[in-house]
Amino acid sequence: MSAAPDYRLHRNAFGRLVFTAADGAVCEGVALVRAFPISAADAGFALVDPYGHELAWIDRLDDVPEAWRTLLAEELASREFMPVIAQIVAVSGYATPCVWTVETDHGRTDFILKGEEDIRRLAPPALMIADSHGIHYLIRDRNALDAHSRKILDRFL
Amino acid sequence: MNNRDASPSPAVSIPAGTSALPVPEAWRPRLEAQLAAQETVLAWLEIDLDARLRFSPGLVILTDRRLLAHAGGDADWQSHPCRAGLRLQRHDHAGVGSLELLDDAGRLAVWRYTLGADVAAGRLIDHFDRQIAFHTTGVLPPAAAQALCPLCETPLLEGQDDCPNCSKELNEPPSTWTLFRLWRFAHPYRWRLLAGFLLSLASTAATLVPPYLTMPLMDNVLIPYQNGAPINVQLVGLYLSGLFGAALLAWALGWARTYILALVSERIGADLRTTTYEHLLKLSQEYFGGKRTGDLIARIGNETDRINIFISLHFLDFATDVLMITMTTCILVSINHWLALVTLLPLPIIAWMIHTVREKLRTGFERVDRIWAEVTNVLADTIPGIRVVKAFAQENREAARFRAANQHNLEVNDRVNKVWSVFGPTVTLLTETGLLVVWAFGIWQISQDTITVGVLTAFLAYIGRFYLRLDSMSRIVSVTQKAAAGAKRIFDVLDHVSSVPEPVTPVHLPAVTGRIELRDVGFRYGTRSVTRDICLSIEPGEMIGLVGHSGSGKSTLVNLICRFYDVTEGAILIDGVDVRSVPVAEYRKHIGLVLQEPFLFFGTIAENIAYGKPDATRAEIVAAARAAHAHEFILRLPHGYDSLVGERGQALSGGERQRISIARALLIDPKILILDEATSSVDTTTEKEIQKALDNLVRGRTTIAIAHRLSTLRDANRLIVLDRGRIVETGNHDELMACEGHYYRLYQAQVQNEEGSGPGDSRAGNADKEEDRA
Ligand SMILES: Nc1ncnc2c1ncn2[C@@H]1O[C@H](COP(=O)(O)OP(=O)(O)OP(=O)(O)O)[C@@H](O)[C@H]1O
Ligand SMILES: [Mg+2]
Repeated sequence: MSAAPDYRLHRNAFGRLVFTAADGAVCEGVALVRAFPISAADAGFALVDPYGHELAWIDRLDDVPEAWRTLLAEELASREFMPVIAQIVAVSGYATPCVWTVETDHGRTDFILKGEEDIRRLAPPALMIADSHGIHYLIRDRNALDAHSRKILDRFL
Repeated sequence: MNNRDASPSPAVSIPAGTSALPVPEAWRPRLEAQLAAQETVLAWLEIDLDARLRFSPGLVILTDRRLLAHAGGDADWQSHPCRAGLRLQRHDHAGVGSLELLDDAGRLAVWRYTLGADVAAGRLIDHFDRQIAFHTTGVLPPAAAQALCPLCETPLLEGQDDCPNCSKELNEPPSTWTLFRLWRFAHPYRWRLLAGFLLSLASTAATLVPPYLTMPLMDNVLIPYQNGAPINVQLVGLYLSGLFGAALLAWALGWARTYILALVSERIGADLRTTTYEHLLKLSQEYFGGKRTGDLIARIGNETDRINIFISLHFLDFATDVLMITMTTCILVSINHWLALVTLLPLPIIAWMIHTVREKLRTGFERVDRIWAEVTNVLADTIPGIRVVKAFAQENREAARFRAANQHNLEVNDRVNKVWSVFGPTVTLLTETGLLVVWAFGIWQISQDTITVGVLTAFLAYIGRFYLRLDSMSRIVSVTQKAAAGAKRIFDVLDHVSSVPEPVTPVHLPAVTGRIELRDVGFRYGTRSVTRDICLSIEPGEMIGLVGHSGSGKSTLVNLICRFYDVTEGAILIDGVDVRSVPVAEYRKHIGLVLQEPFLFFGTIAENIAYGKPDATRAEIVAAARAAHAHEFILRLPHGYDSLVGERGQALSGGERQRISIARALLIDPKILILDEATSSVDTTTEKEIQKALDNLVRGRTTIAIAHRLSTLRDANRLIVLDRGRIVETGNHDELMACEGHYYRLYQAQVQNEEGSGPGDSRAGNADKEEDRA
């Protein structure tokens, strides 16, 4: 699986990822996207150009040379934004729209939940909540939340 | 997020003439320390994410000299003096916006924010660009001359006082006193409800007479007889006829009450349903995009029913119960207050129990409702898609899905029933115990000669009724909670403000010429930015062709022009008036639309063609069908124009459906005609024929046509080439071919395709659509 890739990657002064294909073609502003950001976050990545065309497929980040891995991890960290909710601190009310105060892996924040249908059930213990601006918050395992959070959440499910 | 910057207060140092918004209060002290003397703030952006995308407040400020930024956390202020060559850029991904400061050599800084701050970011960039131009050329470019919304700087137009963007951010939760809000629906029937109430009060009062009569019957007739006196037949006759009269009266009153209330109940239910449905129809496409059909059906169907029964029956019952309990209490106290006190003993315990289970029940019932909606959803999903289900032989899976939804339904119901089933019998147990206590206490009192046997009998008769009332009152707890849960879900719909709001001060356009202008239009579905910076002006009577790859935003542009969605940025004007200030229905009357996925309603072909103009004459219908080349195939159907098309037009082929929807658009004789892939499912010959017919009809109308088959658009006055949500080229066919750009490549690819493998292009587009929906 880990045949060395035939392309090269680096970051330029503009902070953009630059992809150099085996034939020397250069593509700037490449993005790394996960194919299954929720169900299989660690498997299946694609390097896509700004037009959305796939340049290369990466099965696992371990497959790429060490030096690029940090580059790619950085790229992911700066692009991906799906805070994982660790605790629901409070809600302004049980009727939507309401403001939720949550503790996430990206820190504490408030968001507005527009309707109950914005809480999406993923594969069983997981839930995803979309706020009024379309940011998605993930709850990996609703049963693992503390009692208070679970009680609040239950009211919306 | 966005509401933070919505509190205008005096600014730090704003020179006269600039319209910068005041800097948020929290930042002022820290900012003042940073600013030099006479440095003025021009624009600012509150950011809420730091470099590692952790939530933390920060601020980017543009002054007349520099860009000053505090990136959040413990970071220091960074200062970037204005100079030639600096650029600010923003882009967004997955709900996170990035603002980048660049110069020719590289990136100097990047700030991130959640999309609520995007408008502020746009504003910052505008001001920044003007400042840089000033530093480069020495001349400050003029600001946009239009009136701008003071909060978000969206251009305001004639007839608009409120900014259409800001007024959308109504995020107040509905009040929890939802049940009282139902009064709005009961109000028209208040007199009948009052009559029903009085009747039920009277009928219950009538039922209180018999126990009262048992008291003298016992003390004046039976006890004296036991002690040796003869029976007073006259007295017995009097008492018994009194009893019978009371029973008769209770029957008559009860009958009148039930009838009146049933009548009112149905009417309230009907009102509630129609109001909800009417409101639902007015909501924007965005709302329907996020909702499941089954859920909405369940809300309008089941829940309105439950609520109307609550208002008309249970609520009144409850009221009478309360009154009756008070009345009985008074009677009891008047007869013997000690005994009365003992009788009332279980009351506080029941009250406490009601209080504890109420909340549990309400949330439980709310969940039951939601689960029920889920069951409906599965049906609403599968039945229209039955062909796909069968084609992939997934009947078992769908059955399993339905079974799972039902299972879930059972589980949730079981949980509520557990609470509920304990509650009812507990109340009964309490009342039975109460009865025992009264017996014991009564016997003791009789032995003390404080009361007569008659009094105790009357008491026991009353208590039976009294506790019955208590019992029914406790039952109302569940009904009330069910209704409250239903009411909440109904008001969720009723309180939803359309994201395509009706204008506050409408501008009426009885007739339009058909000039359409798009000014810097930007739009996103949720966080997904689809179009940006679209500037386009379409003259009356012009035919515009929109071309571009699948997913380039053509249909989106049409959605915006039709105002199915409102633009996120910029404005769309019709005859110089912002479409947001024209009443929605009035505006759409001017537009004839043929959709990419034609939808027909259950009914006849004639009804479907006349959908937009129900009073159309037969001649008009036929003329429209002729123009759309549907006439002949309609005549070939067994019942001609009266043939039923089946649900969603299933009885017709794709191309036939399309032609009917063209006829439908032509019939309303609109000034603006929009054809989104109107002819994609018909063969080339038919298309040519429709095209010919359209050529006549297009004359005098502003037409926007979208087609993948580029040959369809050869007659267009102008072709607009879209690529990833932006206009990349404009011009007529020959001009665009000459400049050998996007259009040229699209055209070449298609010509080769047609030579090679026949018509494959529109198929590919459709396949794309299928995937998008999945
Ligand atoms: N309701 C929606 N929610 C989210 N994204 C959407 C929605 N509708 C369309 N999109 C996205 O917006 C982009 C533009 O879609 P649009 O329908 O305008 O394309 P189009 O140019 O009409 O394509 P086609 O030629 O295939 O009809 C697509 O990437 C699509 O996935
Ligand atoms: Mg389309």
